[in-house]
Amino acid sequence: MSTLSQKKGVGGTIWDFMTTVDHKKIAILYLIAGGIFFLVGGVEALFIRIQLAIPSNDFVSAGTYNEILTMHGTTMIFLAAMPLLFAMMNAVVPLQIGARDVAFPFLNLLGFWLFAFGGLFLNLSWFLGGAPDAGWTSYASLSIASPGHGIDFYAIGLQISGAGTLISGINFLVTIINMRAPGMTYMRMPLFTWTTFVASALILFAFPALTVGLFLMIFDRLFGGNFFDATMGGNTIIWEHLFWIFGHPEVYILILPAFGVFSEILPTFSRKRLFGYSSMVFATVLIGFLGFMVWAHHMFTTGLGPIANAIFAVATMAIAVPTGIKIFNWLFTLWGGSIEFTSPMLYAVAFIPSFVIGGVTGVMAAVAPADYQFQDSYFIVAHFHYVIVGGVVYAILAGVTYWWPKMFGKMLDEKLSKATFWLFLIGFHLTFFIQHFLGLMGMPRRVWTFLPNQGLDLGNAISSSGAAFMAVATLILLVNIIKTTAKGQKVGGDPWGDGRTLEWAISSPPPEYNFKQTPLVRGLDAYWIEKMAGNKEMTPAEPLGDIHMPNSSFIPFMISLGMFIAGIGFLYRNDHAWGDIVGIIGMVVMFLSMFFRSWIDDHGFHIHKEDLVDDDKEAKM
Amino acid sequence: MKKWRLNFRVLSLFTLLAFVLSACGKPFLSTLKPAGEVAEEQYSLMLLSTAIMVLVIIVVTIIFIFVILRFRRRKGEENVIPKQVEGSRKLEIIWTVIPILLLIILTVPTVISTFKLADVKGMKDKDAVVVNVRANLYWWEFEYPNQKIITSQDLVVPTDKKVYFNIKASDVKHSFWIPSVGGKLDANTENDNKFWLVFDSKKSKEANGVFYGKCAELCGPSHSLMDFKVRAVSSDEFDTWAKDLKKAKPDVETASAKAGQEVFNESCIGCHAVDVKDNRPEQARQAPNLAGFSERERVAGVLPHNKENIKKWLKDPEKVKPGNKMSGTYPDLTDEQVNELADYLMSLKEK
Repeated sequence: MSTLSQKKGVGGTIWDFMTTVDHKKIAILYLIAGGIFFLVGGVEALFIRIQLAIPSNDFVSAGTYNEILTMHGTTMIFLAAMPLLFAMMNAVVPLQIGARDVAFPFLNLLGFWLFAFGGLFLNLSWFLGGAPDAGWTSYASLSIASPGHGIDFYAIGLQISGAGTLISGINFLVTIINMRAPGMTYMRMPLFTWTTFVASALILFAFPALTVGLFLMIFDRLFGGNFFDATMGGNTIIWEHLFWIFGHPEVYILILPAFGVFSEILPTFSRKRLFGYSSMVFATVLIGFLGFMVWAHHMFTTGLGPIANAIFAVATMAIAVPTGIKIFNWLFTLWGGSIEFTSPMLYAVAFIPSFVIGGVTGVMAAVAPADYQFQDSYFIVAHFHYVIVGGVVYAILAGVTYWWPKMFGKMLDEKLSKATFWLFLIGFHLTFFIQHFLGLMGMPRRVWTFLPNQGLDLGNAISSSGAAFMAVATLILLVNIIKTTAKGQKVGGDPWGDGRTLEWAISSPPPEYNFKQTPLVRGLDAYWIEKMAGNKEMTPAEPLGDIHMPNSSFIPFMISLGMFIAGIGFLYRNDHAWGDIVGIIGMVVMFLSMFFRSWIDDHGFHIHKEDLVDDDKEAKM
Repeated sequence: MKKWRLNFRVLSLFTLLAFVLSACGKPFLSTLKPAGEVAEEQYSLMLLSTAIMVLVIIVVTIIFIFVILRFRRRKGEENVIPKQVEGSRKLEIIWTVIPILLLIILTVPTVISTFKLADVKGMKDKDAVVVNVRANLYWWEFEYPNQKIITSQDLVVPTDKKVYFNIKASDVKHSFWIPSVGGKLDANTENDNKFWLVFDSKKSKEANGVFYGKCAELCGPSHSLMDFKVRAVSSDEFDTWAKDLKKAKPDVETASAKAGQEVFNESCIGCHAVDVKDNRPEQARQAPNLAGFSERERVAGVLPHNKENIKKWLKDPEKVKPGNKMSGTYPDLTDEQVNELADYLMSLKEK
């Protein structure tokens, strides 16, 4: 039965969200969880910059600092950036292809809960003896030697989270391959869907490398393995390889959806179709493919030898070509357009020079002998923050602002959004531009402190000042969200006015089933084509009929909980007798829940044709 | 664009950048003040890549600024729908081919340099200066196999000739970096990494003869305090230094120093040698060799070298370098013992 006309109390709403398999609500779950972790990672960043504001500082102890820097990186990449990107993919991709949901709604929720429990597991380390302290890259010799359970929380937590990511990646691949509306060929898919598609393929092939590495780490630390112990025939360098075979595609998993967001926003707010669509698709695929060929550029100083270094240097430089193609295509999308500087557009416009700066320092780092100087210095820290903050974070801020009305039925306050934008822009460049020079002047990275009279004082002080701007910008964003939720104005299906893609053809938020009738797609920018032809709505591709919907389920929560419990148990297996027992109990809970899901037939429910006709007027979730 | 115009622009950008960047940082620490052949070659590559990238940035910026100014939606244009342009094959080709050409310009010196900097054939010459670097938590051991001496923390090297390095780590991964002299090389636990550096005599004068070395791979709480110093001296001075160090004996004259020597020989000597001819196997050499300690640049790698700081380090090493391996290896010392030890350590001369 349609939930549209049911009113729920707080308890009911919480249960609804815990068990929903609706991609739109799962998107909100990802947004909330990712948002919370973004704040956690942001506080960790603030602590880093406070500690480094002056030389020989002791705001935090050396050991704690290493935990903070590790968690900052790990949280931001795995628990903030990726989930927030998943939030947008969930909210938007099924709508953009004219589908009613993803291919596997149950697995979609499972992916979320695995991520959430993994993130919780990782952050429990703060309260249970100390967080991991070997960097987000957790190189093997240091990790194996790290006392306490911090690294175990890292390895097991990321393993659980990673399982969720892998499941979601497969889900989006199948969804995009199988569930496009009639008329939507691959080359008529919006760019955000394309980048989700390629990123999902990257997830599919990259995450297993991390899975293997983490298992080897877990075996060594908890089960007496020796994969990384040189004295026992093991090798620490293999961790570096496994991590970066995952890690490099990972950064393309982050940036490709970000590129997709901007490929939606730039055309929309310049009222022009994306320039060079085929080239953009080709460049996306090429970046994804080449992304697997370059991992050892993170290891130029490891001692692989000149042949390896030379090959990986050249391969890395090659990626600059498709990326450059994209930048020029975006610029020429703007050329001849009618540009409106809404807040999402401001981010898109600021992204272009910021990402170019980050990208070119990447090409500089591809020059292996030069990288012998840059590697493990603040130059590299500057490089990756420019591409991640200037690319991914900008895209998340832009995309969340852009699609907020579609998800929640209300527009965020534009003035506050612009204030966030400007403060964040200033803070971002203040903090990270000077770091290029700090690195060149000899400052290594991951340093708890720096000594005076080495020329590094002023640069670090400037860098720390920028953090305050970004903090204030984030606070304003929070105020904006609260204010809008409390008393924002309701909006219609196409609140920005210039929507080109299918998500803008239905109400905000969409009804539970998205499209009453699957739309007929007549070309790229399907909704825009209809608008230009004078139609207010999409032409349906099927008659009105009963709609088959999936049921909610508590089982994904149980499966994830089981894995969480197993993690706790195995983490303590060498300290307590109950460790293995609890571990096994957790696995039993997990497998029983999976068995329960497989054994019991769940055929979903139907929304009947008669109810559909009235639903236009009610557009509520 | 004609090739010579491109080259001219690149060259002038190059020069401009060299001026701008050369103002940055200290001569003993900055990669922008290269003090030897390796750092200079890496600096030229940095300049070349920066120049090419600045060119790209300028082109992008010009188009970018033009576009956002010229095509803003103006009042009265609220209902204008611009012409929808699918693309341009010509432009796609241009902005694919030109970047490829620019990258080729960058690739050739990159590959040449990668091979040149990895060429350590000369290490086998019998008069080559070779240093076996062993990185530990949180100190550096420097063994000179041809001179047959082992020292630590201060790396003494001859100027104006290749110095070869064999680099490894004894506990966890570290990385050996002297920024103004050349890029870094990781110290791994399971293999030796090899490279060479040259220390320029003129530049080393600008740096007062001492270059700063850093650990560049997160290794634990005191990773940021694992500094070492490089003393670049003439080739003759280097040979003399090595010979003298082999003959050096502690210069114990005062009563305090003698008492300090007794305290030292009771416990410290278990890990610390005071003689550069240390025949113990690697695993037994668990602490820095202290021969010539009185003339070192720093105490524990980070504190200015004076008696006060020696006492500070001995009294509470954990406070100076959290997580270091000396903390807790000896009982609390009285102030008198600390004073005597400091006097003894100040008697360890280089000749």
